[in-house]
Amino acid sequence: MSGKGIHIEGLKKRYGEGDTAVHALRGVDMQVAPGEVVGLVGPSGSGKSTLLKCLGAVIDPTAGRMVLGDEVIFDNGWKVRDLRALRRDKIGFVFQAPYLIPFLDVTDNVALLPMLAGIPNSKARAKALELLTALDVQHRARAMPSQLSGGEQQRVAIARGLVNRPPVILADEPTAPLDSERAMAVIRILNDMARQFETAIIVVTHDEKIIPTFKRIYHIRDGVANEEAGEGRGFE
Amino acid sequence: MISLAGRDILHSWGKFVFTGVGLGLLIGVTLSMAGIYRGMVDDAQVMLNNTGADLWVVQQGTQGPYAESSSLYDDLYRNLLNMPGVEYAANVTYLIMQVGHGEHDVSTMVVGVTAGKPGTPGQPRYLVAGRHITRSHYEAVADITSGFQLGERIRIRRNFYTVVGLSKRTVSYNGDPMVFIPLKDAQEAQFLKDNDALVQQRRRNAENPAFNRPGIPDLLAVVNASQSANTYVNAVLVKLKPGTLPEDAAEPIRRWKRLQVYTRTQMESILVDKVIAKSARQIALFLVILSIVSAAIVAFIIYTLTLGKIREIAVLKLIGTKNRTIAGMIMQQSIALGIIGFVVGKITATFWVPIFPKYVLLEPLDSIAGFFAVLTICALASVVAIRMALKVDPAEAIGG
Repeated sequence: MSGKGIHIEGLKKRYGEGDTAVHALRGVDMQVAPGEVVGLVGPSGSGKSTLLKCLGAVIDPTAGRMVLGDEVIFDNGWKVRDLRALRRDKIGFVFQAPYLIPFLDVTDNVALLPMLAGIPNSKARAKALELLTALDVQHRARAMPSQLSGGEQQRVAIARGLVNRPPVILADEPTAPLDSERAMAVIRILNDMARQFETAIIVVTHDEKIIPTFKRIYHIRDGVANEEAGEGRGFE
Repeated sequence: MISLAGRDILHSWGKFVFTGVGLGLLIGVTLSMAGIYRGMVDDAQVMLNNTGADLWVVQQGTQGPYAESSSLYDDLYRNLLNMPGVEYAANVTYLIMQVGHGEHDVSTMVVGVTAGKPGTPGQPRYLVAGRHITRSHYEAVADITSGFQLGERIRIRRNFYTVVGLSKRTVSYNGDPMVFIPLKDAQEAQFLKDNDALVQQRRRNAENPAFNRPGIPDLLAVVNASQSANTYVNAVLVKLKPGTLPEDAAEPIRRWKRLQVYTRTQMESILVDKVIAKSARQIALFLVILSIVSAAIVAFIIYTLTLGKIREIAVLKLIGTKNRTIAGMIMQQSIALGIIGFVVGKITATFWVPIFPKYVLLEPLDSIAGFFAVLTICALASVVAIRMALKVDPAEAIGG
């Protein structure tokens, strides 16, 4: 899926009113190009999760402008009407824990999104298998989530995030439960997928091991994001 | 479209089946309660059907002979035979008695009928073994549920009766088996005193100067004889000639004989609306309570199952699943639980009904109504869980 990645201008989020108001985001600017993977780092309470929730169309920003792919989703109070469809079609999510649906097998976990979008089951499953093959977990296609290792579960979760070919993927600490080797493997997969599908990916992380792999990093502190060049070491 | 509810049930089928079995036992009890009520009504209808009567003639101002006592002279039936539209008229008495059977007593309704006239109102219509009563004394026909055997001698008050026939589904309105004996014996049994009481009564009469007059030596014997005899019956059962409307025959009897007459419809109404009404209300209350308990159990189970899937629901909402799909999943699971419960309940009720001491009638229409009631209750019970699921914030899937 080609698109224009992520474009954020002056994004603000305030919780509460008056003296008790908390300014979680104080005018964040951010650009992520299609096919690019950027890191989003910062201490606890800095505003990472708030930014991710705004980008994920889960909460409304107070002000600013957000463009995902080729669609303006928020512009100073105006927002896209059908946020559910937006999340389904434009945004892929990869969570800290895989959160696979325990009663669906691997294929159906991945195929669920296109099925919910109305694509016939057989086509949705074919799409899912294609992605599982790309992520090298096709041999576990009929397994239940409880039968998978942590790394396999996370790869299936990535496949689920990618299955609708969204222009944007938001990954919330996707390597947190994994050891170094598996964490690096997940980041490599995200990079491969970003290139292959021209997807803009934001990875929120605390993981010191993977931070050096990003070419660009946004440091967020007290609701303000600063762009830094990453080391971009690649994957040894 | 994939069935999320179906997949969840298949994944944790053990939990669903065991919960369904538990719920099913409760539904089985509910169906049985409905069957008990139907059985009571059926017992009442069967009792009326078995009499073969079109009219019940009873004492004026009473609702006898089943709802309250009624007393008529036993020669009154002759007058009724001459009334327009009347084909047969037969005396009948009803006594609720404990009849000894081995070491136990059997609760029965003893019915006094005219001996030697099978087919007249009041007689058992069909026998499954033996013969009808042909002698004027000391023979009995008993319902098979009484446990009495052909040829067995049973004691009613001071006299012994030989069981000469067995009937089936000849029961009183409260399900007790009927024992048919000759009318004269029944009349005697109704007021038969023990020997000590008779001695006391005769001594009192002898000491009463009004009854024991030196100038009228036979008076005492006549008084004693009249006090020992019973010339009353509880009702006269009337069978009408073909083509006669019950009300057309009843009205002249009410008007000219100054007696209370009930048609079949009126008698059924007395039994159902008055005699068994309180039991029916009690059963109805039980049904309501059981329905509420079933609903509460389903609601609690579905709520708990949904509570265990909060994170998955948050993820589903985050990735764009419609509320309708999530609500549908929960409701389908609830209804599936109800279906499992109903199947288990229906099977168990069918198996345990014969063990019940009273007649339980499981009507197919009641089962169908019960099935839809279960589905409705389950659908309503899922509302609490659906409300909780719809309140889940998709942001819960994202950390922070």
